[in-house]
Amino acid sequence: MTQVLSYAQAAALALSEAMSADDTIVALGEDLGRGGVFGQYRGLQQVFGPQRVIDTPISEAAIMGAAVGMALAGLKPVVEMRVIDFALCAMDEIVNQAAKNRFMFGGQGRVPLVARMPIGIWGASAAQHSQSLEAWFAHMPGLLVVTPATPQDNHGLLKAALASGDPVVYMEHKELWGQTGEVDPALELPLGRAAVRRAGRDLTIATWSRGVGASLEAAGLLAAEGVEAEVIDLRTLWPWDRETVLQSAGRTGRLLVVHEAVRVGGFGAEIAAVAAEETGVRIGRVGAPRVPVGYAQPLENVSRLQPARIAEAARALLG
Amino acid sequence: MTSPGDVTRLQALYLTMARIRAFEDAAEAASQGGVQAFGQSASAKPALVRGPLHLSTGQEAVAAAVCAHLRRDDLLTSTHRGHGHTLAKGADVTAMMCELYGRANGTNKGKGGSMHIADFGVGMLGANGVVAAGIPIAAGAAHALKLRGTDAIVACFFGDGAVNRGPFLEGLNWARVYGLPVLFVCEDNRISATTPTGPMTAGAGTSVRAQSMDVPSEVVDGNDVLALDAAAARLVAEVRAGQGPRLLHAVTYRLKGHVSIDPAAYRDPAEVARAREADPLLRARAQLLARGVEAAAVDALAARARAEIASAQAAAEAAPWPAEHEAYEDVTTVGAGVWQ
Repeated sequence: MTQVLSYAQAAALALSEAMSADDTIVALGEDLGRGGVFGQYRGLQQVFGPQRVIDTPISEAAIMGAAVGMALAGLKPVVEMRVIDFALCAMDEIVNQAAKNRFMFGGQGRVPLVARMPIGIWGASAAQHSQSLEAWFAHMPGLLVVTPATPQDNHGLLKAALASGDPVVYMEHKELWGQTGEVDPALELPLGRAAVRRAGRDLTIATWSRGVGASLEAAGLLAAEGVEAEVIDLRTLWPWDRETVLQSAGRTGRLLVVHEAVRVGGFGAEIAAVAAEETGVRIGRVGAPRVPVGYAQPLENVSRLQPARIAEAARALLG
Repeated sequence: MTSPGDVTRLQALYLTMARIRAFEDAAEAASQGGVQAFGQSASAKPALVRGPLHLSTGQEAVAAAVCAHLRRDDLLTSTHRGHGHTLAKGADVTAMMCELYGRANGTNKGKGGSMHIADFGVGMLGANGVVAAGIPIAAGAAHALKLRGTDAIVACFFGDGAVNRGPFLEGLNWARVYGLPVLFVCEDNRISATTPTGPMTAGAGTSVRAQSMDVPSEVVDGNDVLALDAAAARLVAEVRAGQGPRLLHAVTYRLKGHVSIDPAAYRDPAEVARAREADPLLRARAQLLARGVEAAAVDALAARARAEIASAQAAAEAAPWPAEHEAYEDVTTVGAGVWQ
């Protein structure tokens, strides 16, 4: 039955359902017993106990490394990195171990873990708590990369990630936790399938995570000028839904890729390059400048996605 | 299981050590010219064993003694110098040799080679190309065993260089905090790649560091298979009884270079000569003779090991290469087929 939930509550519900159905699923990370830093684990330790919802030391390498060992020994761990910026302390464990084990052991070992690494700017948290590093992980063979933008998706995609059987870098956005929306817990979502959030004929905007809301706002500004933008939420960055993006771009003739991550070398560059190779449409990109995120509001705003700037980039593409 | 010190048991340990020695001697010979490093150039004709090959020659007693106390359902994590651990845990030597040769019927289908050798069928969860990386993995595997409520344990091998990496601290802390069934084994060959570990390590090193985290540890002569066997018996029993992690610090010596083509000319020849006299196989041989075993019987064990490895090597040379499509297999299930 459909209910209104926050993005955080939707994830907690998904995990609760999955843990009830499969007793090999465990969750581990700092402060999980208190519900997690964003409330996305609220109530789970009370239901499933401290053996399955595990409070850990601040030991990112051990959290991720232990999760790899748990997975190799038959569990399905959900790993909480708190914010993606801290996952950098566990890069060997995710990149050299989790991502490689299945392949380099010749298929003997699977690593079905979901590594939750919230991305994005988190109001006034400055340079070490505000990064969007999805391109790093999308670059890495052996990892799936998921970036939910809505409560419904944070329910359905988390369950799909847990069912995938491979390591998933699951990137919630730090500023979406309180966003509410209708969630149908029975709705199954596959990984790798985009959602068209707004239909339009004049240009295609491909985006994900926090970029979806900003792009929809931009589409509203454009609509007032008679420009109809189609907004595609990729939902999964690896594998990404080329068919939906290329088909839309081919129809509108213009593709604008929008993400909060730094524009240089961002995953938008990959989408833009494939679209150019496959369709030859006109392409634009919106992303943050290649600067660390600043603390003061005017500095932080330089790196934030601004609907007005997205609309401006769309106009430039149409001109 | 026979008790430590028993002649039959010592013969079995000697045979395991001889098999490891024969395996690595054969792999070493097959690797010459395989990589350009350490002042050596790659030969025009590719070596049968390509790439870096890290030999544990001189360290065999540690693998043999510890693994003698493990059951098939116990798990093991290893290092880049992991042939001995893998073999002693029960992996098939032909499949192991095929893996070193990069063949389709290797333990890892030719996708891992020496540095990533694994045999999940015997609980060997993989060698690792990154120093200390196996430590948190071992802790996590032990965590899973504890949650499943079995009395299986994990043996976690690492070298002396690993104790200067963060995962050593994080992994031992984790294992102690959750009271996990892990036997940490520091196989201390006293050298980190080509640099002596001692001057690079602050304080008293491995055992004291473990004890500071309330992980009881025992220092043992890593070239004395009898001493190791007795220590492993005690520590494995404690770990299996649910008393939490233990650490065995085995002090040994790497007789070869960092990799098989490294002549290790940076070492004092007198030190190496002394180490050769302390070769664990010679010591085990002397221990067998002292217990009344005929020299011919000991030599027969070594000959049996060499014959087995020669046969594995012949099988590996004749084995097929992996098909190119294997490069695309076992990456991920979702997204399989999307390679660009």
